[in-house]
Amino acid sequence: MSISIKNKANLDDAALIEAYRKMCLIRLFEEKVDYFFAKGMIHGTTHLCVGEEASAVGSGIVLRNSDWITATHRGHGQTIAKGTDINKMMAELFGKTSGTNKGKGGSMHIAEIETGNLGANGVVGGGYPIACGAALTAQMKHTDQVCLCYAGDGSTNEGSFHESLNMASIWKLPVVFFIENNQYGMSGPIKDMAMVKDLSIRSVSYGMPGITIDGNNLIEVINATFDAVERARKGEGPTLIEAKTYRWKGHSKSDAKKYRTREEEDMWKTERDPIANFKAELIKAKILTEAQDVEIQTKAAETIEAAVAFAEAGIKPNADQLMTDIYAA
Amino acid sequence: MREITYTEAVREALSEAMREDSNVFIMGEDIGVYGGAFGVTRGMIEEFGPERIRHTPISESAIAGAAVGAAITGMRPIFELQFSDFITIALDQMVNQAAKIHYMYGGNVSIPLVMRTPGGSGTGAAAQHSQSLENWTAHIPGLIVIQPSTAYDAKGLLHSAIANNNPVMFYEHKLCYRTKGDVPEGKYFIPIGVADIKRQGKDISVVATSYMVHKALEAAEILAKEGIDIEIVDPRTLVPLDKKTIVDSVKKTGRALIVTEAVKRSGFSSELAAVISEEESFDYLDHPVVRLAGAETPIPYEPNLEKLAVPQVNDIVEACRKIMAVK
Ligand SMILES: Cc1ncc(C[n+]2csc(CCOP(=O)(O)OP(=O)(O)O)c2C)c(N)n1
Ligand SMILES: [Mg+2]
Repeated sequence: MSISIKNKANLDDAALIEAYRKMCLIRLFEEKVDYFFAKGMIHGTTHLCVGEEASAVGSGIVLRNSDWITATHRGHGQTIAKGTDINKMMAELFGKTSGTNKGKGGSMHIAEIETGNLGANGVVGGGYPIACGAALTAQMKHTDQVCLCYAGDGSTNEGSFHESLNMASIWKLPVVFFIENNQYGMSGPIKDMAMVKDLSIRSVSYGMPGITIDGNNLIEVINATFDAVERARKGEGPTLIEAKTYRWKGHSKSDAKKYRTREEEDMWKTERDPIANFKAELIKAKILTEAQDVEIQTKAAETIEAAVAFAEAGIKPNADQLMTDIYAA
Repeated sequence: MREITYTEAVREALSEAMREDSNVFIMGEDIGVYGGAFGVTRGMIEEFGPERIRHTPISESAIAGAAVGAAITGMRPIFELQFSDFITIALDQMVNQAAKIHYMYGGNVSIPLVMRTPGGSGTGAAAQHSQSLENWTAHIPGLIVIQPSTAYDAKGLLHSAIANNNPVMFYEHKLCYRTKGDVPEGKYFIPIGVADIKRQGKDISVVATSYMVHKALEAAEILAKEGIDIEIVDPRTLVPLDKKTIVDSVKKTGRALIVTEAVKRSGFSSELAAVISEEESFDYLDHPVVRLAGAETPIPYEPNLEKLAVPQVNDIVEACRKIMAVK
């Protein structure tokens, strides 16, 4: 086991290559979804996380299988990073019974309880209290599980954010609030929607540590999440992490992006691409070659194609399924 | 007359009211340069500026409550709730504050606010973005509830809503936005509490709300070819409800079919059925009142299931045939 790039989680070279592969996989997944969506093969709406891959992977990789996440509407990366079955995710988007939610949930609700994915959420800020509740289970049952709550910058203006941070803090719940600050809530620039420079400052009101990090720097994300998860696991309570990042695509299916400039987008795409930058780091550390990268890309593309094939092979729910799963047995 | 879309009709009413009265302003998520999630306020920030087209943080409770506070102190706020599903977050301010303040304060203050919000399914937005929850507010004394189905009704009713001194819940429908209709230029009012006969007929009174009016109109064409002549009654306002128009129609036809998208159980369809049964129309019924409404399930994502969850044109056709088959 060799650790060429120092990180607090002590992830070795193989683990970091795996993190890189996951980031690539997420990007390809999203590009594919974008393509199917444009072709009208995926219904409804989607919120893509292209450009935000390091936040999802750097945080997800620190978690144990038994830990939990609550994901957001922009949750494909978060759920893939946690280990949600990518075939079933694609099948869900295709509305197939073989999907994670049997075709009933769609992009905004992908959940896979057995891998600790407590579900994406269509309600902005809907995940905060649920994450507290999961953490409460861990605390009351004396397990050492942690719940990582993903949320967007815009959601920090919902009452649920403030109520949940306070509750988590007074009860020292094993929860990590992970804000993906991609600078905008739909069309609302966070700089106009909150009068604090960094959203992590809000942690002060609730007496918990808060940290702002470069969410496009995988190692920074790993380090911050590692500290927060350790603290939670030790029973010391919650942490607020703000990962600054950027979504490359529009908010959802139709977005003329009038609220931001093309120059700003280009800057993030060229200078702050989390994948390209981490690849450069891996190459510099001599743990990845261009040839190996080509192989990773090819394999990732194959994985996505296999997911598409799995999704296509699935069947649509029939009319009998309209009235199932409404109440538990 | 010109044809414009429902979206344009809503925007026209908003703009006309804002030009006339500087106390009228709008709050809502993404209503500025983005033009609102469904494009209703597109171009308005350019005309009225960010002071009056106020792009809010994602804070439904504060948006709704700020509308209440502004309304009781001399403004005439309108707020756009991006999806009607998020009434869950704004509801305390509407139900426990807006609806009751006039009453609790002995009639000494009024709350002239309008909440505009799109409801309904049909866009694949799944369980948390597709509900028809208008009945939640219709249940609350003190709130006025409007559910226009056409561009013409939307504009005239929105003008009345803005001019009204009570909290008005104005439910639009995502699938109505692109529908077109003849709409006069300039301001006009459609009185709140007056139903509209969207189609005259003699066999069955089909009382339909919101987008179901359009489906009923389609069904009427199919049924006409079979010699079944349905009358379509659009209540347009749920509170106050124009019982007389509904009752008179049923007295004429002797049969009633109620069509709403909202879940059947405890939905507004129950209220409509009860009115027909309680009033003198009961004596004229040749057939029990029939309700077609949303299945008692959250709205599914998969498109075929999504369609099955709410009444479709064919369901209306079938229901009418069945009613008429009973001699
Ligand atoms: C309670 C609620 N209000 C509004 C919306 C509509 N909406 C969906 S995503 C979104 C923006 C969320 O911004 P942010 O939290 O920053 O997440 P991002 O989309 O940037 O990942 C809005 C306003 C919603 N889904 N839920
Ligand atoms: Mg955001």
